[in-house]
Amino acid sequence: MNKTKIEEEVTADNQELRSFNLSILTENKSGLLNAVTIIFTRRKINIESINVSETEVEGVSRYTIVIKTTREQVDKVVKRIRKLIDVFWAFVYESDEIFYQEIALYKVPTKVFLNGEKAEHLVRNNGARILVIEEDFIIIEKTGHQNETKDLLEKLKPYGVLEFVRSGRIAMSKSMRGTELFLQELHNHY
Amino acid sequence: METLVNEKQITTAKKTMSGAEAVICSLLAEGVETIFGYPGGAIMPIYDALYDYMDQVNHILVRHEQGAMHAAQGFARVRKEVGVVFATSGPGATNLITGIADAHTDSTPIVCITGQVPSSLLGTDAFQETDVIGISMPVTKWNHQITDAREIPEIIAKAFYIAKSGRPGPVVIDITKDAQFASMEFEYQKCSKIRTYHPVPKIKEEQLQQAASLINKSERPFLLVGQGILISEAQDILRSFIEKANIPAAWTILGLSALENSHPLNVGMLGMHGNYAPNLLTNECDVLIAVGMRFDDRVTGDLTKYARQAKVIHIDIDPSEIDKNVKADVPLIGDAKQVLEALLPLVSKKRHGPWLKRFKDLHKIEVEKVITPALYPQTPGILMGEVIRHISEATKGEAIIVTDVGQHQMVTSRYYNFKHPHSNVTSGGLGTMGFALPAAMGAKVGMPERPVVAIIGDGGFQMTLQELGTIFQYEIPVKIVILNNGFLGMVRQWQQMFFERRYSFTEMKNPDFIAIAGGFSIQGQKVSDRKHLVAAVKEMLGHPAAYLLEVVVEKEENVFPMIPSGAAVDDIRME
Repeated sequence: MNKTKIEEEVTADNQELRSFNLSILTENKSGLLNAVTIIFTRRKINIESINVSETEVEGVSRYTIVIKTTREQVDKVVKRIRKLIDVFWAFVYESDEIFYQEIALYKVPTKVFLNGEKAEHLVRNNGARILVIEEDFIIIEKTGHQNETKDLLEKLKPYGVLEFVRSGRIAMSKSMRGTELFLQELHNHY
Repeated sequence: METLVNEKQITTAKKTMSGAEAVICSLLAEGVETIFGYPGGAIMPIYDALYDYMDQVNHILVRHEQGAMHAAQGFARVRKEVGVVFATSGPGATNLITGIADAHTDSTPIVCITGQVPSSLLGTDAFQETDVIGISMPVTKWNHQITDAREIPEIIAKAFYIAKSGRPGPVVIDITKDAQFASMEFEYQKCSKIRTYHPVPKIKEEQLQQAASLINKSERPFLLVGQGILISEAQDILRSFIEKANIPAAWTILGLSALENSHPLNVGMLGMHGNYAPNLLTNECDVLIAVGMRFDDRVTGDLTKYARQAKVIHIDIDPSEIDKNVKADVPLIGDAKQVLEALLPLVSKKRHGPWLKRFKDLHKIEVEKVITPALYPQTPGILMGEVIRHISEATKGEAIIVTDVGQHQMVTSRYYNFKHPHSNVTSGGLGTMGFALPAAMGAKVGMPERPVVAIIGDGGFQMTLQELGTIFQYEIPVKIVILNNGFLGMVRQWQQMFFERRYSFTEMKNPDFIAIAGGFSIQGQKVSDRKHLVAAVKEMLGHPAAYLLEVVVEKEENVFPMIPSGAAVDDIRME
């Protein structure tokens, strides 16, 4: 009847709220995004970020979804996603198990760059680049983790940021195995 | 499931026809004999095509689309086939949703074909347009919208394969009206493979060995029978398995009838209104073997106090059920029949005498305190249990019993003595009132040679009584028993026990049910005196056509035993 100490620690660990990265391989089918997201809706899990794109295998899409939840919940959710008919497989990773990036765009008035070199230094020192220069505004692009793109946003704010947008996270696992080989292995398994 | 994969692929020569006709021909290629449906604007081309095939397929015009769903569910459960439903767009489709959700929760294979507005009008709020794909998504195993007639055969083949294979479930195919009208080259090929879908997982040898080792070392094993046994037709291997190792077996409401009630190792029903011994001893067993069941909260009660002392072996075809509610020490993912077949040679013969005696001793207490007073009452009014006893005796346990939701459902599950598998049809997971009348109708259409008795409360009957019209039109000889206590009995019981008898909107002023049946030319009688009960049951069963028996029962009878909501299985109360 009594839980052991180890069991208690495991339980506590399972119930701690943290970020998980789901990487889902699917058929490219309309409506499937809805089928995936209602699995979160039903459990009142908010999606932090989401990205869908075709993989190197034609007709196979990859969803990268970041959610904040518990280990216990994410394990249940990922099994539900795998159950969807048009899903090949779903992986769940913690952030240290993957390489990931996000891309951010910043729109600032062109005149900022005409008043001295400070703004230009900011771009150069933060590994950002200038995407386009229009008469009225300049768009700066930066890839990085959320804290990095947000950091540049804070630094640009005093100069006047007209608009800021950040993409969903995209991620790759640390495995050498490509998508095609994985799908082949999955096929052979069944 | 395997047979589906190996089944010879049926192909027909190419033929030019409309999408609507292709729908009918696809269904015929799948061996469909019965469709439950209701026409309307957006599905008219399909109904028009059906007109030419009336001699090959039996279409039953229900009185409400929800009725079509439940009828198809009843049909699917007793026939072990995919039930087929037609409905039009908009309200026709939304009326299906409760039934679809019910079939989804209770893993029932259904293919619903809904008409949709022409593709050029999609998204324009056209007359009777609704987003059926979006609405049905959370409650279907799969759904798909067809806007191109050429897709029809392939998608219908896929729908049948998905609905039936693995853990079964409902599928919705939404077909726009222009796709129904369009001309196409028809060619049919059954589906036996989808690259993203693996319905029957391979059993892991290591897990089999671990499970066998736990069972062989066990002194107090206990097996839980879920509907997975019935879906995989594992009832015979289950019997051999429990007999070899002398393992007591209890069932969930959907597992009922997988093992005949008279079997010495059948120790009764699990859960909230289940039997005393199996609930209490869940917390004494050392190994718990759950087969094809999902540890619903009505079975487990408080999970933190559920079988904590036991090693749990969870056998299920659906990997997402493992560790969902109860953590499995040994998960065994696979088809129940295949798993039990593989496990049988690995388990040792055992007697478990003292352990089995525990069940017998506790059962004696329940017989004395609850069962005898329920079946042989001394009360002034008739009790539900005695009605079920008489029906059980008069049908010799041979009938298909269809129940609605509430007190009568629990009493019937507890006291009908089932002899054959696939004989219990009920709404287990979703608890849909109004299920029984249409489901019984569908079951009778599916199994005309077996007696079908629907047992329904006065509340539930009034939710779908329009289907008396269908029973009348098609002369479906289903027997209908209304246990009338003038209350929404289960809610009233909770109000009495947990809400200080504050009977908030549970009492009903009921109509003359016999007169209503009479309006549909269905004979019936009302019994309120015990001394007429046996004769009335006999008359109902002997009547060649449909029959309605209304039994006025005690107004405030409670169903016991009971595990109060949120309490532990061993907190089961006898009164």
